[in-house]
Amino acid sequence: MTGSDGAGVRVAITGMGLVTPVGTGVEAVWESLSRGRSGIGPITQFDTSGYPTQIAGEVRDFDPEQYMDRKTARHVARYCQLGLAAARMAVEDSRLRPSTMDPDAVGVVLSSGAGGMEEIERGHRTLLDRGVSRISPFTAPMMITDIAAGLVAIELQAGGPNYAVVSACASSGHAIADGFEVIRRGDAVAMIAGGAEASLTPLMIGAFCQLSAMSRRNQDPHAASRPFDLGRDGFVMSEGAAVLVLEEMGHAVSRGARIWGEVLGAGASADMYHFTAPDPEGRGAARAMRAALRKAGLGPEDVDYVNAHGTSTQLGDIAETLAIHQVLGERARTVPVSSTKSMTGHLLGAAGAIEAAACVLAMDRGLVPPTINLEDQDPQCDLDYVPNRARPADVRVSLSNSFGFGGHNASLVLGRGPSANAKGA
Amino acid sequence: MSATNPAPTGEPLDFSELQRMAGEILGVDADRVQLDVSFARDLAADSLDLVELIMAIEDRYQVSLPPERLEGMRKVGDLWEFLQEQHGPA
Repeated sequence: MTGSDGAGVRVAITGMGLVTPVGTGVEAVWESLSRGRSGIGPITQFDTSGYPTQIAGEVRDFDPEQYMDRKTARHVARYCQLGLAAARMAVEDSRLRPSTMDPDAVGVVLSSGAGGMEEIERGHRTLLDRGVSRISPFTAPMMITDIAAGLVAIELQAGGPNYAVVSACASSGHAIADGFEVIRRGDAVAMIAGGAEASLTPLMIGAFCQLSAMSRRNQDPHAASRPFDLGRDGFVMSEGAAVLVLEEMGHAVSRGARIWGEVLGAGASADMYHFTAPDPEGRGAARAMRAALRKAGLGPEDVDYVNAHGTSTQLGDIAETLAIHQVLGERARTVPVSSTKSMTGHLLGAAGAIEAAACVLAMDRGLVPPTINLEDQDPQCDLDYVPNRARPADVRVSLSNSFGFGGHNASLVLGRGPSANAKGA
Repeated sequence: MSATNPAPTGEPLDFSELQRMAGEILGVDADRVQLDVSFARDLAADSLDLVELIMAIEDRYQVSLPPERLEGMRKVGDLWEFLQEQHGPA
C-alpha cells in the first residue's frame, strides 16, 4: 500500500469464482467458452405462457446449501446466493484468508443490476393478497441491491470497504474498476469484486419484453444470442455471478499467490444520449475505452483482444463497432473482438465480471473465445469477431467493455499474468 | 417463506408440528426445538427469525399474537403456552 494517488501501485487478479449458465467454476466455464457452447434454454423458473420471450440463461442445479447454511440460504435472495457462491470460490482460489487478516485489509464491492427482484415481486404479491401484516420481515434485506456485498463480508469476515456499484449492465465492470481504485489509493490490500444477478422473474422478463429488447427465438435457444449477425433480434437475459479477487501486487507476490492476471486500467463515461438506446455513434463508449487505455499507459497497438459488450441488439452492436474503430484506429482492422454473451447470454449486473474473467482466461490459455451464431455478419459490423470457433492467439492485453441502460459505460484494460500457459508466453 | 395452510379447525395441537415448523424456519434440527430452550440463546434466532416463525404459526393455527406479547416469547415453551391458550390444550 503506497501513496494515495495510485501511481506505481499494481493490482493483480489472484482468484476467480464463476457461477454461470455455461458452468460453475473456472474450468467448467472455460470448457464451454473455448468450445463455443451456448447456455441458453427455455425458462423453467416460472410459467412463461403469454410471454413473447420464453428463453434465458439459467444457472441449473444450483444448491445454495453447498455455500451457506440452510437458514442463510432461506434469508437471502437468489442473486445473493449466487454472489456468495462465486465469492467463496474466488477467495478459495486466491488462498487469501480474510478472517486471519487485519479487518480493514480486504473489502468487497459486489454489484447487481436489479438485486432481489423475486423478493420484491413476492412481497408485493403478499401485500396485495393478504395485507401489510403478512409481509415477511426479511423482505427488506432480501430485496435490496447492496446486500450481497454485506453478506460476503459477514460470511468471509472481510471488513474493508463494502458496497455495491449499480449501473445496470455495466455494474460489475464498474465494480472491478472501483475495486482496482480502492487498492490503488491504499484503502485495502485486496478487494473481492464482481457482480451477481438473478432476475429471471415474471416482472423483469415481462418488462424487458415490453422494451422489445430481447430475442424471441424461443424455438432455437442456442442460436438466440447472435451478436453482430444480421439475424440478431435482441439480447438473451441470463443469471449468474462472477467474482474476482483483486490484490495489491506486492502483497500477492510476497505470499506466493498465483497471479492470474492484472488490472491495468479502467475508464468510465456517460453517453448523455438516451435511457435505453446507445449513442448511435458510440462516442460515450469510445471515451470510456480511451480513458481505460490512458490509465493503463497503453495505446491502441497494445490491445491484443477486445471482449465486446456485444449484446446482440440491433443498435448496440453497431454503436460498439463504431466506438472500437474510433479508439483503435488501424488496429481495429486486425484485433480479434468477440462477444462471450453469444454463449452466456447477458448476465446484466454480472456481465462485466464474467467477461473480465473470460479475458483473463483468454490470456492465460492463449485462446480467444469465439462469437458463436455468427453466420451472416452484419456489414455494419465490420470487425474480426472470431466467428464460431476459438482461435489461438498470444494475448498480453485485453480490453473489456460493459455498457448499461442510463448510458453508463465501463471499460477495463487487463493484462496477462506471469504464469500464463499461453503459447509464446 | 412459503405461506402455510391453516390447520383444520378442531384438530388437536401437535407439538411435533411446531418443532418441524420452527426447525425449518430457524434452520435447526426439529428435535432441538424443546419447551425449555431459548430462541435466542439455544437456537440462534434473532428478532426477525422470531417474527417469521410467529407469522407462520399465526397462519397455520389462525391465531394472532398481540404485539405486546412478542417481548415475552423467549422460550419455545412460551410460544407453546400461547398456542394452547388460543387453541385449547393439546
